[in-house]
Amino acid sequence: MDARTTTALLYLNGVNVSFDGFRALNNLSLTVEPGEMRAIIGPNGAGKTTMMDVVTGKTRPDNGDVFFEGSHDLSKLDETQIATLGIGRKFQKPTVFEMHTVEDNLLLALKNDRRPRATLRWHETADEMRRVDSILQTIRLNPLRSRAAGSLAHGQKQWLEIGMLLAQEPKLLLVDEPVAGMTDVETQQTAELLKEINRDKTVIVVEHDMTFVRELGVKVTCLHEGTAIAEGTIDQVSSNERVIEVYLGR
Amino acid sequence: MMSPLLRTLDRGAWIFLGVLGAIAVLVPFFNLVFPPDSALHVPTYLVALFGKYICYALLALSIDLIWGYVGILSLGHGAFFALGGYAMGMYLMRQIGTRGVYAHPELPDFMVFLNWPELPVFWYGFQHFPYALLMVVLVPGALAFVFGWFAFRSRVTGVYLSIITQALTYALLLGFFRNNFGFGGNNGLTDFKDILGFNVQAQGTRVALFMVSCVALIIGFLICRALVTSKFGKVLVAIRDAEARTRFLGYRAESYKLFVFTLSACMAGVAGALYVPQVGIINPSEFSPANSIEAVIWVAVGGRGTLTGAVIGAILVNYGKTTFTSGVLAPYWLFVLGGLFIAVTLLLPKGIVGTWQEWSERRRQRAAADNGSAAPAEPAPRPAE
Repeated sequence: MDARTTTALLYLNGVNVSFDGFRALNNLSLTVEPGEMRAIIGPNGAGKTTMMDVVTGKTRPDNGDVFFEGSHDLSKLDETQIATLGIGRKFQKPTVFEMHTVEDNLLLALKNDRRPRATLRWHETADEMRRVDSILQTIRLNPLRSRAAGSLAHGQKQWLEIGMLLAQEPKLLLVDEPVAGMTDVETQQTAELLKEINRDKTVIVVEHDMTFVRELGVKVTCLHEGTAIAEGTIDQVSSNERVIEVYLGR
Repeated sequence: MMSPLLRTLDRGAWIFLGVLGAIAVLVPFFNLVFPPDSALHVPTYLVALFGKYICYALLALSIDLIWGYVGILSLGHGAFFALGGYAMGMYLMRQIGTRGVYAHPELPDFMVFLNWPELPVFWYGFQHFPYALLMVVLVPGALAFVFGWFAFRSRVTGVYLSIITQALTYALLLGFFRNNFGFGGNNGLTDFKDILGFNVQAQGTRVALFMVSCVALIIGFLICRALVTSKFGKVLVAIRDAEARTRFLGYRAESYKLFVFTLSACMAGVAGALYVPQVGIINPSEFSPANSIEAVIWVAVGGRGTLTGAVIGAILVNYGKTTFTSGVLAPYWLFVLGGLFIAVTLLLPKGIVGTWQEWSERRRQRAAADNGSAAPAEPAPRPAE
């Protein structure tokens, strides 16, 4: 199939990645349509994070197709180019700029000219401040805007990172374990937040937490040993025999 | 252009600039106005010594810019300093003319001594001051650009980068030691006579060089300050603290690093160029890795990522060095330096200025809390710590 004919926003076909003989991704194929929210589940070592690494340019696939919007071959681009195309990523461990204020974190993430000469001449504009304000509302961190990001609680850092993703205005968001280490209330709020984001953006969520995935109520893909073994609603996938086998270790 | 720059200066920066400006005026004043037998007279040798400290301070500032704000620990910054110094030394050599021992109109003494028939091509143009000045900035800048281009694109970071910067300066040290390299071998360049027609030894010249060094330091400080307080500076700190995150946000980390690294090398080159006429000699020992490491210690002592700290650290440690190495304690200087570095790392990890900033911040908060006022209790985050 010619990748250019696909309507999918993200199209992976026959992707292989191995590290020192260990096959992290094994002939992985996956398509995500524009506007979709997709949950990726799978036991430890299933290749979820490697898949994100491939899509965001951190890891180059040994072979296989990785296309974004049908025409951008992601396997030939680096992190910066891929980010500029409109793919944002939230890491498993919340990664924010600890020494900067919450506000500055968002300001750095705002979609803008990223070249040094642009940041050298940059001046705060009312429009940018409005965008920062609206994101602060969405992620509920307005009262903490001038706090150093490093002093935030774990869950707040997760939200700040999601806020930074929003500020980038990506077309596709990759969210790696957004609720790890969150309380039940925070988990539920995060699910709402992601649903809100999904109203105009495509989202891929990697998650272990089954309650959370159920809460999202979206199409689920289960990975195991680098391959997609099941796809469908959470009920279909969780009743799939292969999935049960993989999760229960039998 | 000027007013946005001035707005980036906080109280500490204004005090710092005030003190520096006062030194730039008062040292020459006490030297020129009071007669040598007056108690208030600052002897000319001290003017040159202070001038040397100021040049070191500019070098320290250039290191703080890349180490404190982008986390690039260069252990070879002395190389850029020395290259700037050599460029200035070449100009000064060409000014000697027929006053050299061999009275050759064109060739410096060491070339006559080595039986060189003519001036090597890379010495061309150095008799012109503007050309030499250009080279002072261009040569270190170009080397840093090429070096950085390869290193940052290959994502060499941390201790590996430190080691190759060290190798860079060591390679230059070995090269400049060789007579056939064309820079005077292990004797280096010396016996300078005049600069722009003024005798380099003269009191007036020394005072002028001192004042120019102070101005260079002030300009360097303002440039660094403008950089680190801009959005560019925020990106630098972001790269320092979470480089991968910055890349995934779409910033090309290597371009940012390359820009500041090159700028920093140019600053170090200017520092070296001002240093050479004041000390009267430049030789390959300036490339020695120990010099570069010492410069890093000045920054650590003063406080990394504070700019003012780099300057204060450079001046204090060098004042200590002058005191120690000119008395009975001379053999122990290296132990003192090593001990100082350990003490600062263990007891004052933020350096003098960093610790002071933290302390005054805490005191202000406590005062605010005592007053029961609704003053914001949030610590103002200082990205550069």
